[in-house]
Amino acid sequence: MVSDRLHTIVALVEDKPGVLTRIAGLFRRRGFNIASLTVGRSEQPGLSRMTCVVDGSPDIVVQATRQLDKLIDVHGVCDITEEKIIARELALIKVQSTPETRSDIIQIAQMFRAHIVDVGTNSIVVEVTGSEDKIAALQDLLSPYTVIQMMRTGRVAMTRSNNKEI
Amino acid sequence: MKLTGAEIVCESLIEEGVDVLFGLPGGAILPFYGALPKYSQLRHILVRHEQAAAMAADGYARSSGKVGVCTATSGPGATNLVTGITAAQMDSVPIVAITGQVSRPAIGKDAFQETDVTGITLPVTKHNYLVMNTDEIASAIKEAFHIARTGRPGPVLVDIPRDVLTDTSNYSYPVNIDLPGYKPKIEASQNEINEAVQLINNSDRPVIIAGHGALISHAHNEVIELAEKCQIPVITTLLGISTLPTDHFLNLGMPGMHGMAYASIAIEECDTLIALGMRFDDRVTGKLEAFAPNARVLHVDIDPSELGKNIKPHVGIQGDLKTVLNQIIPAVDSSTNVDWMNRIEQLRKEHPSLNIRETSELLPQYVLKELAKETNQEAIIVTGVGQHQMWAAQFCEFSYPNSWVTSGGLGTMGFEVPAALGAKVGQPEKPVWSIAGDGGFQMTFPELATAVENNIDVKFAILNNNNLGMVKQLQDLSYGSEYTATQYAGNPDFVKIAEAYGITGIRVTDKAEVSSAIQKAMNTPGPVIVEFIVRQEENVYPFIPSGQTVKDMIEEPHPEVKV
Repeated sequence: MVSDRLHTIVALVEDKPGVLTRIAGLFRRRGFNIASLTVGRSEQPGLSRMTCVVDGSPDIVVQATRQLDKLIDVHGVCDITEEKIIARELALIKVQSTPETRSDIIQIAQMFRAHIVDVGTNSIVVEVTGSEDKIAALQDLLSPYTVIQMMRTGRVAMTRSNNKEI
Repeated sequence: MKLTGAEIVCESLIEEGVDVLFGLPGGAILPFYGALPKYSQLRHILVRHEQAAAMAADGYARSSGKVGVCTATSGPGATNLVTGITAAQMDSVPIVAITGQVSRPAIGKDAFQETDVTGITLPVTKHNYLVMNTDEIASAIKEAFHIARTGRPGPVLVDIPRDVLTDTSNYSYPVNIDLPGYKPKIEASQNEINEAVQLINNSDRPVIIAGHGALISHAHNEVIELAEKCQIPVITTLLGISTLPTDHFLNLGMPGMHGMAYASIAIEECDTLIALGMRFDDRVTGKLEAFAPNARVLHVDIDPSELGKNIKPHVGIQGDLKTVLNQIIPAVDSSTNVDWMNRIEQLRKEHPSLNIRETSELLPQYVLKELAKETNQEAIIVTGVGQHQMWAAQFCEFSYPNSWVTSGGLGTMGFEVPAALGAKVGQPEKPVWSIAGDGGFQMTFPELATAVENNIDVKFAILNNNNLGMVKQLQDLSYGSEYTATQYAGNPDFVKIAEAYGITGIRVTDKAEVSSAIQKAMNTPGPVIVEFIVRQEENVYPFIPSGQTVKDMIEEPHPEVKV
């Protein structure tokens, strides 16, 4: 699932209108391939932290980070692929269920330390957090029961060290 | 002090040292034009089409070294600026574009003359602003000028809704700029300098290739100093022309697609390539894998994304070129490179790229050679894009920095007319020649009215071959001379066009009349058009086809070549 061409880039960006457009536009124009892009507020007021998974050779990823860093609204960019990082993704998976299959699905979810967040007459919603591989494995195991819908957040990541990279 | 948004724009422009703006009004920006008469320091030059406003601001910035300013209204006014803004972005030229926008309540409602101008210009500006509050105008303009002129310069657009211009706010011009995401690196580290010096000291066959960055950074003297101290021939990219005088003994001119053969071969043979403020454009490199195959590369540029974008340098230094060269020069050893200099002289003799055929026909190269002679390296030369541009780059002569203004990266035909007006306004004491083809001239010549109205003394040379010459040349060399849509059968009488604008027009059909026509133009006050009816079939040589190598270079195919 995670190829060695996938790089995890984190960026600290201004939390204001148009910033995401600038970043997305830059990636599109320069032809960089984005596997996922996740943005949310950071610990600093007015600033968002972004995790971006870029697919490409090291040269392309260096070029992508430098181009990103040139944007005035981007305060800092760091490729943390080679660092010791914690990388997580959250997924919501809605699975078809019957009274007969319900307990099997719950059991599978428990094995993945996933949560059951909604139970309906014909469906169950499973919330799982973890690496892309873990989510993919859970999806595989749930697919025989028919996955109705899946939503994934994309990767968020930070380094394990005491410092913050940006 | 309580001012309207429009007044704040004017005050802010004055704070930034602006004395001239190029523009054309319309509804959304009218509050600004209403305030303008109160500020006599701001000279407004009314153009006939907004594209000319952006291109004139560009020409002004290049000739004067200051930030050029253009203004336009919302919608079509602003979209008409886009080509000029893009040209400035590609060539790293500092301009600030101020556009009117529909009033805030109308934004997003597809109102009359509403366009998402910040959206449209996102990829072609260094940065842009949509100012949604009157009290944010001053800081937006201050940041815009700072961003435009520092680091790698470029265009910045400030879009201001009509009601933001009419609202009032307390005004005081901000003192500080707070842009944590924008801190251009200026100096090189000692380690980087050591590596650069070692690379230069260890070279036997070094070549400097200087680009627009050398001029932007005001590093022309440092480039010359380094070249002279270490006896390094200097090649200038299309936009690096005028970094050092044409007749400087180390100047090899332009390389690449239509560059001097000896310059391109020198790059092929060099063991060390010192790339200064340039970006390895495909017109310079041709096939990347075959470019400078034997060279170790030192690349200095203020934009870190240029280091390794096209060519991976052995030593890449992010920094201001003038600063970095001043760090390098004292540390490098003087050198003579006798064998290499002899080899360069041999290349110049074996590949004389500036010969002009002996013929009774009027050749464009001959016209430009004569123009160079008559203007005595004193004029600022402004060109459009195409054959005339390449011949001008080859045959015109320069003695001081920024005396060459051309649209390089974007390759904008029609640039030559408005950019020349801007260049003259930026350097009123210098003679300015606009060199055009008949194609480009027809894209923007309504700006002759702007020249006449404001008495902007530009001489316009048209090399008329009744063709889109460069496209025709490509059809000649790559499409079996199948001339599709390149012949201009309905060209106007350019002398009559001059007359229509009340200026002098001269037509030259004979070689013998060339220099006298140029002299007559120079001796006639105000704008003059000189139309040269040149040989249609003439193509630009040397020529390295797109994506190919020095080995594929076609030099002038006429064996009867004579100096």
